Amino acid sequence: MEEREILTVRDLCKTFTLSKRQQKIEKTHEKKKKAVDHLSFTAYEGEIFGLLGPNGAGKTTTLRMLATLIRPDSGDAWMDGASIVTQPELVRRKIGFLTSELKLEDFFTPNQLFQFFGELHQMSRQQIEQRRAELFERFGIGAFAEVKVANLSTGMKQKVSIVISILHDPSIIIFDEPTNGLDVLTAKTVTDFLLELRTQGRTVIVSTHIFSLVEKLCDRVGILINGQMIVCEPLAELTKEKCLEDVFFDIYQKAAGEQNG
Amino acid sequence: MGKGIWPVMKKELARFFKDRRLCLTTLLLPGLMIYVIYSFMGDALGSQFTVSEDYTYQIEAIHLPDSVAEMSEELPVQFRSIDPSQQADAMNAVQNQELDLLLIFPQDFDAQVAAYDVSSEAAAPNVEIYYNSAATESSEAYDQVTALLEAHETAIANKFDINRGSGTYDLVDAQDLAGMTFASLMPMLIMIFLFSGCMAVAPESIAGEKERGTIATILVTPIHRSELALGKIFSLSIIALLSGLSSTIGVLLSMPKLMGGTDISMTVYGLGDYAMLGLVVLSTVLLLIALISIISAFAKSTKEAQTLIMPLMIIVMVIGVSGMFGEPTQDPLLYLIPLYGSVQSMAAIFAFDFNMVHTAICVISTLCYAAACIFVLTRMFHSERIIFTR
Repeated sequence: MEEREILTVRDLCKTFTLSKRQQKIEKTHEKKKKAVDHLSFTAYEGEIFGLLGPNGAGKTTTLRMLATLIRPDSGDAWMDGASIVTQPELVRRKIGFLTSELKLEDFFTPNQLFQFFGELHQMSRQQIEQRRAELFERFGIGAFAEVKVANLSTGMKQKVSIVISILHDPSIIIFDEPTNGLDVLTAKTVTDFLLELRTQGRTVIVSTHIFSLVEKLCDRVGILINGQMIVCEPLAELTKEKCLEDVFFDIYQKAAGEQNG
Repeated sequence: MGKGIWPVMKKELARFFKDRRLCLTTLLLPGLMIYVIYSFMGDALGSQFTVSEDYTYQIEAIHLPDSVAEMSEELPVQFRSIDPSQQADAMNAVQNQELDLLLIFPQDFDAQVAAYDVSSEAAAPNVEIYYNSAATESSEAYDQVTALLEAHETAIANKFDINRGSGTYDLVDAQDLAGMTFASLMPMLIMIFLFSGCMAVAPESIAGEKERGTIATILVTPIHRSELALGKIFSLSIIALLSGLSSTIGVLLSMPKLMGGTDISMTVYGLGDYAMLGLVVLSTVLLLIALISIISAFAKSTKEAQTLIMPLMIIVMVIGVSGMFGEPTQDPLLYLIPLYGSVQSMAAIFAFDFNMVHTAICVISTLCYAAACIFVLTRMFHSERIIFTR
């Protein structure tokens, strides 16, 4: 059976203007920095696609563009047929986006937040109730449904964040560094959930720099260095001869050599 | 013991002096704010109690004696002699601010003064001066004429009295008194209360959400940026309005005590006045919230937002204080100036000098400015620089 393209990224570019402070941090005199440089790749229905790269490679910028939080300078991406440039609201209906940068209001309870975000996704009261029962049970949030987020443990907060990001049952889920800062138990809950999403036919895009996570989760991997997609292949192909870590460093050294030379 | 004090002091002082914004708001702004506000108040106070040089005082006198008529030639005032039968009309005219002063001398005042024996226990001839403290011109005329008569009285060995006894010589009525009091105080207080209400909620809602990363969570839902901007501004406006209302009620309840037991009451205003005031306040709150929201969106944190809002606070205070002095402007174009138009409209409503066209210009223009600010805020919510600058 032919795989269905659900995410198509074509020639995505993003350049940032660096402030003087950022120039100092980046140790450069350049006023502009290409964060993403003509990026193209495809993700298929029911797969987990991993974006692997060092810090500053452009992973987060790419995911923010896919989530329509920022606009690309040029190029486009289509999420289940909807363009991130011309149909951002439609894209946001189809995706769930979670990153450690996105936080929940401490003052509210999981129940209140679920209701609020359900309404923002224009779900009916019945749909909200049904989905709440389903997800709260799956993540064991029920007992904490009326506890303010401020009083929840870090792990429970992350679970609530996940639940909120997928409450509208999106077909594409984008996770930026999904296990960053989590304890081992919560990290396992997250990775198990991502695998479960795949079995449900959802497409998951994760960005990470943790090789073991990619090896455990991903069907295909894109290696991003300095905003460019250096390699985009099935994990099995990539790791036929060497482990992912060795493959990555070979590619990284080669790419860095080419860019410097 | 004691060796740790210096390093701690150095660290604290370095923390303060290396933060340019903190230095600016702590060291420079308070002095600047006081200088600007006090200078403005001084100028405004001076102009409030100064009657135009071209103004001709309207003064009428009953039984005007020749001695006083001669003296008045030295002053820029002219006494018009009227018949005693016109006394009631003249008093009404003073009350209605159509006449500045009414002087009532005893019949044959000069003769009575000449015959009066200061050592006797008999009451001296009494001059009654009726004025209206709600009118600057009347008060000024009262001061000048009283000074003139007192000088004359001294010169002739205190042979007459001025406004003796406990008679009511100030003909200000309850409405005028309330109008004058409220028009000079309430626009400034309302502006400050509304601004405080806005300051309490808007920076937290915009800059605070940015700081905590919760605004981006909302932006990945299908909500339009304009819906987010409007939702925030409307809800914050309601809170700021309620906060302003609470403070205003507190002031109104304490007003009689504040004015030293003077009997002034808000009941002199009708429903129409309150409706107009409500429209002006509502449009002003929307504009204030929108302005503070824009400034807050630029800030990386609530604290920074509060710092950035300081210059706006100075402007609002100066504009608020401007409403304390003088009469509301009659130039329709000035009602187009944001916030100043609101203060002038409120002063006009409180002073019973309300003009529908002026209020309409103020409310409509303020709503237009608020709409423009909401548009800017919506554009800012689209900007990655704004949303992700933390």
